[in-house]
Amino acid sequence: MANEFDLIIVGAGPAGMSAAYTAAKNKAKVLLLDEQPYAGGQIFRNIESQVNGESIYGDEYETGKALINRLGTQGISLEFRASVWRIDEARNVLWSRDEVSHISTARHVLLTGGAQERPMLFPGWTLPGVMPVGAAQILMKSSGLLPRDAVLVGSGPLLYWVAVQLIRAGAPPKALVDTQTPAMYLKALKHLPQALPAMVTLLKGVRYLQEIRAAKIKRFSRSSDFAVTETDHNELCLSFKSKGFAQQITAPIILTHHGIIPATNLARSAGVKHEWNEQQQCIQPVVDGWGQTNISGLHIAGDSAGIGGAEVAQASGQLAALNILCLSSYISKLERDTASRKAFTKRRRAMSIRAFLDVAYTPLAELQLPSNETIVCRCEEVTAGEIRRSVEQGADGPRQVKTTVRAGMGPCQGRLCDPTVRTILASCQVPTSLPNARSPVKPVKLGELAALSNSTFHNHD
Amino acid sequence: MFLENSEITVIGGGIVGLSVAFGLLKAGHSVAVIEGLDTDFSASRGNFGLVWMQGKGSGYAPYAHWTRDAVAAWPSFSEQLHQITGDELSLNQTGGFEFFTEASEFDAFGDTLREQHVHLGNRFSFELLDGDQVRRLLPGLGPNVVGASFCELDGHVNPLKLLSMLKSSVVALGGTIVSGAKVTHIEKAPGAGFQLSINHSKTVQSNRIILCAGLGSSTLAEQVGFKTQVAPQRGELLITEKLGERLPFLSSTIRQVNEGGIQIGGTQADAGYNDDESLSAIAQLAKHAVDVFPALADLRVIRSWGALRVMSPDGYPVYSQSQTHPGAYLVSCHSGVTLASLHATALIDWIDDTPNAPDLEAFDEHRFSVQSSAQH
Amino acid sequence: MSTASRFKARPSTNHFISLTIDGQSVLAKPGDSVAAAMLAYSGDAMRHTVKGSPRAAYCMMGVCFDCLVEVDGYPNTQACMVQVKEGMVIRRQQGLRKLKKEPTGGE
Repeated sequence: MANEFDLIIVGAGPAGMSAAYTAAKNKAKVLLLDEQPYAGGQIFRNIESQVNGESIYGDEYETGKALINRLGTQGISLEFRASVWRIDEARNVLWSRDEVSHISTARHVLLTGGAQERPMLFPGWTLPGVMPVGAAQILMKSSGLLPRDAVLVGSGPLLYWVAVQLIRAGAPPKALVDTQTPAMYLKALKHLPQALPAMVTLLKGVRYLQEIRAAKIKRFSRSSDFAVTETDHNELCLSFKSKGFAQQITAPIILTHHGIIPATNLARSAGVKHEWNEQQQCIQPVVDGWGQTNISGLHIAGDSAGIGGAEVAQASGQLAALNILCLSSYISKLERDTASRKAFTKRRRAMSIRAFLDVAYTPLAELQLPSNETIVCRCEEVTAGEIRRSVEQGADGPRQVKTTVRAGMGPCQGRLCDPTVRTILASCQVPTSLPNARSPVKPVKLGELAALSNSTFHNHD
Repeated sequence: MFLENSEITVIGGGIVGLSVAFGLLKAGHSVAVIEGLDTDFSASRGNFGLVWMQGKGSGYAPYAHWTRDAVAAWPSFSEQLHQITGDELSLNQTGGFEFFTEASEFDAFGDTLREQHVHLGNRFSFELLDGDQVRRLLPGLGPNVVGASFCELDGHVNPLKLLSMLKSSVVALGGTIVSGAKVTHIEKAPGAGFQLSINHSKTVQSNRIILCAGLGSSTLAEQVGFKTQVAPQRGELLITEKLGERLPFLSSTIRQVNEGGIQIGGTQADAGYNDDESLSAIAQLAKHAVDVFPALADLRVIRSWGALRVMSPDGYPVYSQSQTHPGAYLVSCHSGVTLASLHATALIDWIDDTPNAPDLEAFDEHRFSVQSSAQH
Repeated sequence: MSTASRFKARPSTNHFISLTIDGQSVLAKPGDSVAAAMLAYSGDAMRHTVKGSPRAAYCMMGVCFDCLVEVDGYPNTQACMVQVKEGMVIRRQQGLRKLKKEPTGGE
C-alpha cells in the first residue's frame, strides 16, 4: 500500500494547526485528524462561532482564528470526529469515526494531542457538579453554558484565567479558594529575572489578578484539607481549611484546577520513550529540539511533548514540520535551519516563564497523596487506601498495583489515576516505573475491529 | 523485604512459583520467593484464566492424566486459598466449549479429543455438536459457527485474583516474598546447598532451590546443570467494557471475567521477546468473537495486550531435579493456572520424595536428549 | 427529585433541537454535546456506577469516561463526544450496560 500522505498529524490544536500549515505551504500532503467536530484544540475550541469572542477570550481569539483560517491551505486534508486509537511502528494510524475504523499511513506522523488537567483529588471529587475548570471552559466555549455561583478551587494560571472569563461573561464565581501560599511565590521569585522575555504574559497574569480583586470575589488563600459532600438540596458543600481555620461554602458547582499534564497514552502505546519531569510532576516523552522521538518517523509537539502553553505549541508544531519537511527532502537542511530561527526564538521567549510558573504553582503534595477514603481510579472505583494496602502486601510497581486492585483497568486507561498511583508508590518508597499503555487507547467496538480483519496493513519492515 | 538465608528458595514469583511456594509452606518448609521486577515479562499478569482439559495431552498420555488430576484437584485448592485469604477466586468448572468456524479445524479437533479419550478412558468425556445443534443449545450463536465441542470438566478462574491470593497466602503461611530482585548467578555453596547472587551483589544461601522463573529460567537453569531451553510464544488478548449480564457460555477463546468484561484470546505467534499487541491479531480475535456471538459486535474493546507463553521444546511441562546439582529443581510449563492445583500438592510430594510422590519421570528434561539422540 | 441545572439558563433562541432525556422533552442548542444538553437541563447524575455512586460529566473532553449514557439505544456512549440531533433519545444508565437488543419494534 502506498503512503497517501507525507505527514499525518494527530490533534488540531495550536501545534497541529501550525505544523499542518507549515508542511502544506511547502507542498507536503498532510492529513490532520482531530477527535472534536472542529479545529482549535481545547484552547481555541469552537472559536469561530463565539459571539463577543474577543471581549471574553482576549487575544487568544485572534490567534486562534488566524490558525484556523490557514487550514484552508491546499494540501491539507481534514478529518474531524476522528478518534485515533493506535499508531504502530509501521506508522499505520488507526482512527475511528461513526463505528468505522480507517487505516492511514504516511512516512511521518506528528502527535499534537495536547494536555489534560491533572486530576485534583479529595473526598467527594467524583460527585456530580465537581469538574475541572477546563471542563467549564469547554462548556462556556462550545455551548455558552455558564456555571451558576461556581466555587473555584486550586491554583495555577488557568484557574485565574477562567475566573476572569466568568467575570467578563457575567457569571462571576462565588468564591476563589486558592491553595497558593506566599512561600511559593517567594520561592519562585528567583526565577523571575529569566522570565523577563515573557513580560507580556507576566503582566497579563498581574492584570487578571487585579480583575478578580476588582470584581470583589471572595477569596481564601493557603487553603487545604478539601472535602465535598452533597447537601439535602443536591448542592455541594466544600469544607476546607484556610490559613488553618475551618471553612465551608455551599454552591451548585465546584471547579477545580491543579495544573495540566501532557496526554501521553497514544505515544506510550506506540513505544515512545518517556521520562518523569520532577518539576512539573508529570510523565513526558523524550524528544529532541525538533520534536523527534526515539521512533523513526514519529515526532511530538505542543503540550503533549511537555507543558509549555499555546505559544510554545505553535512554535514547536512549526519546528517539527520543518524537520519533517527536511527529512522528506521537501526542503534542504539549510532551508530548514533558516526557516526555523524565528520559531526557536519565539519558543525560547515563551518558555522563559516556565521555571517561574512551575515553582509558583507546584502541585501540592496533599492533593497528590489523597486520604485513604478518596477514590483514585474513577473507572474502577478504587480508593487510595486500597492502593496503599496493595503496596503493603507487596505490590512492587504500577503494574502490580494495577493487576492487584484494578486501578487503571477501566475505559479511561489510567489517564485519571496513573499520576496519583505514581505519587502514592513514590511515597511508599516503591519503584515507580512508567505505566504501560496499550492500544486501543480509546475504546473501539468489536464489530469495528472485526471489519479490519479483511484489511491489509503495513507490516514493520 | 530483607532476604535471609532460607531452607528452600523459589526463584520466580508468578503463579507457578507461588503455587509451589504455597505447597512447600503447607508441607512445613521455610520458604523464600524471589519475585523479579515489575517490568519483567510476566505470563501470570497477562493470561486467560482457563482451568482446561480439552485437547490437553492428546499426543502425550502422561500430560493428559496430569491435567485431568489438576482439574480434579482445583475445588479443594481454591477452597484452601479462600479459607486463608477470605477472598474469592471466582472458580467456575461447569463446562466449556471450543467453537469452530472452519469445518476442517472442527474435524481435526474431533480427532484430537478422541485421542485424548483413548488415554483417559472414563476419566474424560466430550460432545461434538454441529452448527445447528449448538445454535439450538445456545441461542445467539452466529451462522458462521460450523461446530463446537463441549467438555463438562472445563472451567475458568480469575487469574489475577489467583496471583494475588497466592501471594497473600504465602505471606500468611510465613513465607518471605522478595520483590524487585533478580537472581543473577547460582553456584554450589561450600559444603552443601546453593549460593545465590541477587542483583549482582548480595549473596544468600539456600539448601534447595526451585527454578520457576518462566522465560527467566533459561540462563539460571544452565548454571545448575539443566539443559532445557524454553522459548517465548506470544498470545494476544482483548478485554471489552463490562457487561451487566452473563454470557451464556464459556469457551477457550471467549470468556466473561467475573467483573463483567469479555476476554477474547487464543492467538499463537512466534515473535521472540516482544509482547506488543499486533493489529492483525486484534482484528483476528475480534472477528472470531463476532463470528461466534454476533451481539458482541456492539461491545467496546478497552484494551489489548500481548503476553509471552513459556514453551518447552515439546510444549509439555518440565519437572526435573538437576543431575549435577542435586537439590536444584526446574519447574516450567505454560499452563500455570490449570496446573496450579497440583503444583501446590502432588508436585511437593515429588520434591520432598514422600511415599505419595507421583511418578513424574515422563516430565524429566532427559526426554529432550533421548529424542535428539534417537534422531541422529 | 430532580436537581436544578448547575448552569445559568441560556438566552432563548429560535434555533433549538428537541430531544428526550429519560422520556422528558428537552430543548438543546445546535452544537451542544449530549453532555452539555444534559447539564443545561438538570444537575442530576448522568449515571450510577455498578456500586451505585452518582456520576456526571467530568472532563468534557473525552478523557474520563464518566459521562456514559444511552443514546438512541446505544449504551456507554460518551455524552461529551456526541453532538445532539433532532429527536435523539437519551437515557441515564444504572450500573453496567447490557447487550444491545436488536430493534424489534418494541421493548
